[in-house]
Amino acid sequence: MTPVIQARGLRKTYGDFEAVRGIDFDVAPGESFGLLGPNGAGKSTTMRMIGGVSHRSGGELTILGMDPSHEGPRIRAHLGVVPQQDNLDTDLSVIDNLITYGRYFGLPRWFLKQKAELLLEFAELTDKRKSKVDDLSGGMKRRLTIARSLVSDPRILLLDEPTTGLDPQARHVLWDRLFRLKEQGITLVLTTHHMDEAEQLCDRLVVVDHGKIVAEGTPSTLVREHAGREVVELRFGSHRNAALASSLDGVGERIEVLPDRLLVYATDGEAALAAVVARGLEPTSSLVRRCSLEDVFLRLTGRSLVD
Amino acid sequence: MTSSATQDATLPDAQGLVRRPFRSSLYSGNARAVFDRGMRSQWTGNLWVMVSGFVEPVLFLLAMGLGLGALIGTITDDAGRLVEYPVYIAPALLATSAMNGAVYDSTWNVFFKLKISKIYGGMLNTTIGPMDVALGEIAVALVRGGVYATGFVAVMAVLGLISSWWALLMVPACLLIAFGFAAIGMAATSFLRTFQQMDWLSLVLMPMFLFSATFYPLSVYPHAIQWFIMALPLWHGVELLRALNGGWVDWWTAGHALYFVVLAAVGTWAASVRLKALFLR
Ligand SMILES: Nc1ncnc2c1ncn2[C@@H]1O[C@H](COP(=O)(O)OP(=O)(O)O)[C@@H](O)[C@H]1O
Ligand SMILES: [Mg+2]
Repeated sequence: MTPVIQARGLRKTYGDFEAVRGIDFDVAPGESFGLLGPNGAGKSTTMRMIGGVSHRSGGELTILGMDPSHEGPRIRAHLGVVPQQDNLDTDLSVIDNLITYGRYFGLPRWFLKQKAELLLEFAELTDKRKSKVDDLSGGMKRRLTIARSLVSDPRILLLDEPTTGLDPQARHVLWDRLFRLKEQGITLVLTTHHMDEAEQLCDRLVVVDHGKIVAEGTPSTLVREHAGREVVELRFGSHRNAALASSLDGVGERIEVLPDRLLVYATDGEAALAAVVARGLEPTSSLVRRCSLEDVFLRLTGRSLVD
Repeated sequence: MTSSATQDATLPDAQGLVRRPFRSSLYSGNARAVFDRGMRSQWTGNLWVMVSGFVEPVLFLLAMGLGLGALIGTITDDAGRLVEYPVYIAPALLATSAMNGAVYDSTWNVFFKLKISKIYGGMLNTTIGPMDVALGEIAVALVRGGVYATGFVAVMAVLGLISSWWALLMVPACLLIAFGFAAIGMAATSFLRTFQQMDWLSLVLMPMFLFSATFYPLSVYPHAIQWFIMALPLWHGVELLRALNGGWVDWWTAGHALYFVVLAAVGTWAASVRLKALFLR
């Protein structure tokens, strides 16, 4: 299938600073594609270039076969955009936000009256229809922003950190909504610095750091190829972690030293933990878990995703 | 193609109804939506600000025109005509009122939306382009200008200050004046960074109001200053309306109107390009 989004050597510079430093990726129709990376990696900049509200400094970028630098409005006719910062219209009520936004796409009023009702239901905001935007909670605003982006039945939905800053419950509600959209075949492009979000929602993702792609694949292949199966987290107290790392030589496949803990990567975590204890070491706490995208990121960049 | 999550059998796919934008990154052809949004928020909120903008020039007309006018009687204008003082200043106050309404909307309102609220950011994630924003906001300013002008012309009629059928053209002329000021005001606003800098606008508008042959003819000034004032937009607005009000229409009148046509065109273009530079970085 021809990709709906294609980037080749995509770059963005702000003055002397290179925010995006030559990235390549394709997004297939119906795919759920993620950009995973820490703050400042260049995710929002990339999203803004896809949405045609930021000019690329170099490379190629086509959305549905069009160049966003020249045909922004035409491209956005097919896009739904959820920016990192909510930019709802605070002068208008909840329902007028939906209707007015639809008018920006030139949609007729008779259609928007009915569509707005469906969207309110979808966002579970029906009883807030007349409220001012400023009176909504963070999670409600986010749901309204997402509902608003759906007013034109977009084929591609751009979600920039859709759940950052929300409490776990609000976040699960949103994941459920996004999952339903994905099931209906909408192409999702989302950025996140939460590995659980990436694991939940993305069919395929690229790991970005300092404006570059450092790995690409499905969540499970990335974990398998770059992290392994299981990991043991050991805490000996922050001043002893580094010193004890050397006495763990030969345990597991690989050891990562973090300021607050040691990570021992192994195919069998319980066995590795037993080996640690057998050497007479007594961690103050220990935990065996499956490897995650967090470990992939750590492996590739030497840093954690969220600091 | 697929249907969206929020679609049901009774509603068609919105993609089939989306208005196809022009093939341009500047203008999509949907300024109407920006205008509708502006009207909805403006005429439901701050009605008091709206009313005060109308009252101010009326108060000037009563105090200066009727009050001071009683002492002054008649005055010789720049064309050598003898005119009752209230008849002399009323068109000037009308032009000023069109200017103030337009400039308020296209500077303070636009500045606030540019810097504080994220409203334009939301618009630009849709098919709206920078020129749609500029034209839509100018249109909102024009409605206010039009309402003020109509009200003021009615007051002039009641006070018996109108002596020609040409005066009926004062309302559309006010819209043209407001268009010019709104466009140039928006272009200027796009260069400002802080609220303090917004005060510079009043440093330009206030003297222009006082010295553009509003309260006395240009002939009191030395030649150099006369030429300077004649280059400024408000003087053209004042002379345009004065000619229509008195029925002294000639080629000069057309020239004044043309000045505003050019101002509006250049201002709209400049504002659009500036907004594009600000929005699409
Ligand atoms: N308008 C801008 N001007 C200058 N620098 C910017 C601008 N926008 C983003 N940056 C910088 O570019 C880098 C990437 O930013 P961003 O794309 O927002 O990262 P992310 O979304 O991954 O957190 C950051 O270092 C940020 O400070
Ligand atoms: Mg970001």
